[in-house]
Amino acid sequence: MYYIGIDIGSVGCKGVLFKDQIVDKQLLPTGWNPQKSGEQTLNYLLEANNLKAKDIKGVVATGYGRVSQQFADKTVTEITCHGKGGYYLNNKIRTIIDIGGQDSKVISLNDDGDVIDFVMNDKCAAGTGKFLEMTINSLEEQIDNLDNLIKDDKKAKISSMCAVFAESEIISLLADGVSKSEIAGGIIDSIINRINILLSKITFQEDVLFTGGLAQSEVIKNQLSKKLQTKVFSYSNSQFAGAIGAALISKNKY
Amino acid sequence: MQSIEEIFDALDGELEGHGPIAMKDMVEKEGKNVVGTYCVFTPYEVIRAAAAVPVTLCSTSNDTIDEAEKDLPRNLCPLIKSSYGFAITDKCPYFHFADIIVGETTCDGKKKMYEYLDEVTPVHVMQLPQSSEREADFEFWKNEVVLLKERLEEKFETKITEERLEAEIKIKNEERNTLKEFYELAKLNPSPIYGTEIFKVLNRSNYTFDKEIANERTKAITEEVLAKYNQGEKRISAEAPRILVTGCPMGAATLKVIEAIENNGGSVVCLENCTGLKPNEDTVDQDKNPIDAIAEKYLNTPCSCMSPNDNRVELINRLVEEYQVDGVVDMILQACHTYNVETKRIKDELKESNTPYINIETDYSESDKGQLATRLTAFLEML
Repeated sequence: MYYIGIDIGSVGCKGVLFKDQIVDKQLLPTGWNPQKSGEQTLNYLLEANNLKAKDIKGVVATGYGRVSQQFADKTVTEITCHGKGGYYLNNKIRTIIDIGGQDSKVISLNDDGDVIDFVMNDKCAAGTGKFLEMTINSLEEQIDNLDNLIKDDKKAKISSMCAVFAESEIISLLADGVSKSEIAGGIIDSIINRINILLSKITFQEDVLFTGGLAQSEVIKNQLSKKLQTKVFSYSNSQFAGAIGAALISKNKY
Repeated sequence: MQSIEEIFDALDGELEGHGPIAMKDMVEKEGKNVVGTYCVFTPYEVIRAAAAVPVTLCSTSNDTIDEAEKDLPRNLCPLIKSSYGFAITDKCPYFHFADIIVGETTCDGKKKMYEYLDEVTPVHVMQLPQSSEREADFEFWKNEVVLLKERLEEKFETKITEERLEAEIKIKNEERNTLKEFYELAKLNPSPIYGTEIFKVLNRSNYTFDKEIANERTKAITEEVLAKYNQGEKRISAEAPRILVTGCPMGAATLKVIEAIENNGGSVVCLENCTGLKPNEDTVDQDKNPIDAIAEKYLNTPCSCMSPNDNRVELINRLVEEYQVDGVVDMILQACHTYNVETKRIKDELKESNTPYINIETDYSESDKGQLATRLTAFLEML
């Protein structure tokens, strides 16, 4: 029997098809209609694997768009799903740092992989993917190109946590002739500082897993690792941690 | 016999002696004087003994905040802004009838707001000591109670005698005990009542000015609910995590927090805050000199404006035990520094008893409903 986990984030909609292990995965932009992108992800996973709805024993939806998913048997928050998914990726993980499109969060796990504490930053763009998107755009660059853009360790000081004020700070830096690489380094530093504040509110334990869309960037991962003075794990499936967790919860329930 | 649901639904209708209409009748037909209050530090019995009616003024809606922000800074507690907004827009029926307002210096924002409020309706500000521990604190506060007594005597041309105070202490204690019997129903496991219903019953009693009517109603509810529960009407799952809510005062706009917990599988069994059981747990000592007893009871209110505030920690620890609490939710209103700073202490203290804890910062807007639901649901999933 198969299980599906769908994680509808503000930017990306992630789906995972699970049997005894991950069978397939799919990432689509969420776009303006989270319900439709959730359905599309689900249908893709079925069609690509020649499955019918009856072959699926359970579907769990998570992420901010979870409530609008009619196909889901159950909805679970992204906190619990990231905990389960992160622990599945590596059962030595005790702290998960997730930087998503509209929020960032740190999650603390116990030895069984259960969530014991979490802190979310979800009231403003500081420390989120949105902050990065807005500020990188003012350099006329794209997030995908971040690893190429940053050439060295030089970081401009960006003191404003607010995405709007940071943007005007960047414009001043550009006017002063500061390089894009240095500014981008400063932007990442600002996000990591914000994450560090969240981390100070939970009991920090190793090992650390980095998930969410921003976990795709080596540069961010390395800067995070330096700041925390510990190895930060990230996997090609990291972005799917929430969806994996959702699929696992479905499997354990049905 | 009606179901438990119907017992509480009946409280949404018109109730005898309750609400603005009852107040209007008292003012217009009986010529009663009205004293507006905001905080549970206000000595209710002293106002009653002046033959005036104390009433909690509106302060829990987002609707009047825009208006208030014309005079007050944006980055201020929503409760202060809402109160002031109601006053200047004349949208609070109780404020409308108030002859005088009694406020306390519970925080910097409030005490400065009262200066402006005084231009709309006279405000008598009681100075609170910053601690409740020393003898000098008690003496200071007792003197404030006496000053209030004198101000009311002068304002309403009456004499507040010891006998009147004693009689009012008895009546108010009776209300406290009656409410306590009601909300302690939630000690049962599973609880027979939802947190929203606990709030509703406390709120209805608060706005029923004749306490005999209020108590009779509350007692009937307690009896009926218990009877139905014992007959097997269990509405809340035994699996539902039992939640204690603490922190800033709650009301209309912030009921979203209780709702987010209960719509997502939690059972709010205890409202520790000052719109919950905080003012009702202790009674005024009927064997002491009434002014002393009143001063003592109100000064011991476990509010974060006191430093230190060990009383609150003790209260929460006791309630966690008594109500078999699985998790504590601390609701902080934006810019409430004292409760916000205290979150660390509460979290650390609760760690000792392995009680999971979450604090959430919110305001009166609906903009964070989604985020609240996610955080609180994740917290419930964690338990």
